Amino acid sequence: MTTFSNQSLMRNKYYNWIIKNLFSSWVNSLMTVVAIIFIYEVGTFFLNWAFFAADFRTNFQGELITDRSFCSKNIMPGEYGACWAIIYARWDQFMYGFYPIEEVWRVNFVYALLPLAIIGILFDKLPFRKYFIYFTFIYPFLAYFMLYGGPGLSVVGTNKWGGLLVTLFLGVTGIGLAFPLSIILALGRRSKMPIVKSLCVVFIEFIRGVPLITLLFTANVMLPLFLPDGVNPDNLLRALVAVTLFQSAYMAEAIRGGLQAIPRGQIEAAQSLGLNYWQTTRKIILPQALKIAIPPIVNTCIGLFKDTSLVLIIGLFDLLGIGRAALADMTWTKLYYEVYVFISLVFFIFCFGMSRYSLYLEKKLKTDNS
Amino acid sequence: MQTNFLRKIIFDEKSRSLLIQTLVIGLFALFIYLIAQQTAYNLEKRGISSGFDFLNLSAGYDISIRLIPFTSEDTHFRAYFVGLLNTLMIAVCGCFLATIIGFLVGVIRLSSNWLFRNIAYVYVEFTRNVPVLLQIILYYSILLHLPKIKQAIEIFDGFFLTNRGFFSPSPIFKEGFSLVLWSFLIAIIASILIKKILKKKQEQTGQQYPIFLINSALIIFTPILVYYIMGRPLEFDAPVLKGFNFKGGMVIRPEFLGMLFGLSIYTAAFISETVRSGIIAVSKGQREASQALGLKNNLVMRLIVIPQALRVIIPPLTSQYLNLTKNSSLGIAIGYADLVHGFGGISLNQTGRAIEIMLMVMLTYLTISLTISLFMNIYNKSVQFKGNA
Repeated sequence: MTTFSNQSLMRNKYYNWIIKNLFSSWVNSLMTVVAIIFIYEVGTFFLNWAFFAADFRTNFQGELITDRSFCSKNIMPGEYGACWAIIYARWDQFMYGFYPIEEVWRVNFVYALLPLAIIGILFDKLPFRKYFIYFTFIYPFLAYFMLYGGPGLSVVGTNKWGGLLVTLFLGVTGIGLAFPLSIILALGRRSKMPIVKSLCVVFIEFIRGVPLITLLFTANVMLPLFLPDGVNPDNLLRALVAVTLFQSAYMAEAIRGGLQAIPRGQIEAAQSLGLNYWQTTRKIILPQALKIAIPPIVNTCIGLFKDTSLVLIIGLFDLLGIGRAALADMTWTKLYYEVYVFISLVFFIFCFGMSRYSLYLEKKLKTDNS
Repeated sequence: MQTNFLRKIIFDEKSRSLLIQTLVIGLFALFIYLIAQQTAYNLEKRGISSGFDFLNLSAGYDISIRLIPFTSEDTHFRAYFVGLLNTLMIAVCGCFLATIIGFLVGVIRLSSNWLFRNIAYVYVEFTRNVPVLLQIILYYSILLHLPKIKQAIEIFDGFFLTNRGFFSPSPIFKEGFSLVLWSFLIAIIASILIKKILKKKQEQTGQQYPIFLINSALIIFTPILVYYIMGRPLEFDAPVLKGFNFKGGMVIRPEFLGMLFGLSIYTAAFISETVRSGIIAVSKGQREASQALGLKNNLVMRLIVIPQALRVIIPPLTSQYLNLTKNSSLGIAIGYADLVHGFGGISLNQTGRAIEIMLMVMLTYLTISLTISLFMNIYNKSVQFKGNA
């Protein structure tokens, strides 16, 4: 009888894994070598550029970088490292736009409470979840009061908002407002009433058939034409209208997928218990359908969050818009790699986080149902 | 009596739905009426005239990227067509490139090599979680910061990379070149016939023929043969540096390249995911069964796996094509003269006919979207299960 020590078993496991995944055939071995060279070259270049050869606040001579002529790469011919000083210099704009600096604590306050407002929706086994959900409903009003101002706080017009604030505002508010609208649209599309159904179908298909930018243009140019005098929504609000309508159509389709997945027997069972349409929908259909539809809904949310960058085309300063403005400034121009890599990273963190969450849910739902 | 009526409305499904629908359509009509009235009033107050007569006015601006001739004296209607063609051009090129990259990455993600798999994974996660607009602007910035024309990078003989675009030799077709094209066409038709005949023969005798080899040789070598027989009726006009610019040759503008790279690299990440899930969806038993029947590996892929994977891939692929086409409207951010930039932007500013122009632009995109779905649906039907499976 052969006995293996625990250690040799472990070694065997790693050894097998390496053989199977990296050196299973001579083609595979060749690929491994190519991949290692590729990763080494790209990795060292990127790490050097972003960290080891890069300037943060000061250049290689130890001087504080106040404009791009101080960047090491603009002084020494051989230097190529990133010059992150532009991000430091524009940090406030990236985070708050042109929000008055003495009022910035209000934005920070809203940022800090955002996780508390969302966490209740995200995790259904959270302790005291009920209170978190209550807070979720209070949060929009609180955030609006804090950001815009009102009694006790000075008013900061939305034209002063920018950067991450606008990106998050459009993303979160757009998703929040689109959600109820999309449920109505999805139910309408599945309705037996021909007029209601066709209105919903036309709306959804129209919105999904045109690019967001045309909707933003329409909202920007035509909303003032549609409304009576005196009612003149500002640019941010116009963009919000377009973004909300856009998102609601996509979300409605995701929810429709969830509705279609509910077996007919559920509806029949609910009806045979004497529940009417609204009771059936609210208590039986929607809870199940929404649960199934969460992963695709999150996917549309990721899409929307990325699409908020389009508002720079109608002249709003979101994260990307602020970045472009920084690059248009003569003191910082040409540092486009630094700016775009930084903005990409911010978007990546949010979107990747959402997609991980969607994967986590998918896995959880699978085990729930089996 | 009254309670009876109320009772009927609340509890009878038919009359209730009739009431709701009347209400909905009434509210909708009221909404439209109010908006129309208000808009008419606002337009009159601001002195904006309406109608489509502006389409015949001279546009007064130039479009640098165009497939058909256009000068500033041409009409807005022609500007619309130039923009539409540019939109279609970037959409077709983008879909083509995105499909190639997407299939490649999708297959790499299923590679047996762990490192390759994960390099592809990192690519997919990094491109699809960053806004496409940001990517387009980034690639465009890189292209704009290439060396000036004076210090152009010469990649091959006659191919130059500069901050004003990619310069390459342009083909000049001489007499007799049409024969080469015709021979190419005839070779394709012939190969289809040969395939049919050989397939029939194979069914009768069981003998297999290298159909693919014969046909590719036919399609490749016939035009080349005709080309040499006709005395090489194709010449190239290479770009030459003269003064501040290149003379001759042709140029692909950085706006187009930026759009092309941005759109296709972004969309390819999504396509690779659909390709991956499509191939995974084909059950392992299918592969094993075909191997047991003695099919070679490439035949297993071509005859068994890909046809079944396509059934899963086509529907999401369609929506990716649609997304790419709609995202091509982002050209406005970097000055690519598509429908939204030229007609929807400059023409709108000049004429002030916001409603008409936005309506035309939106309906155009709607038509393009519906056409793509229609064709992809037809194609989808042709690859789905036949009969009552």
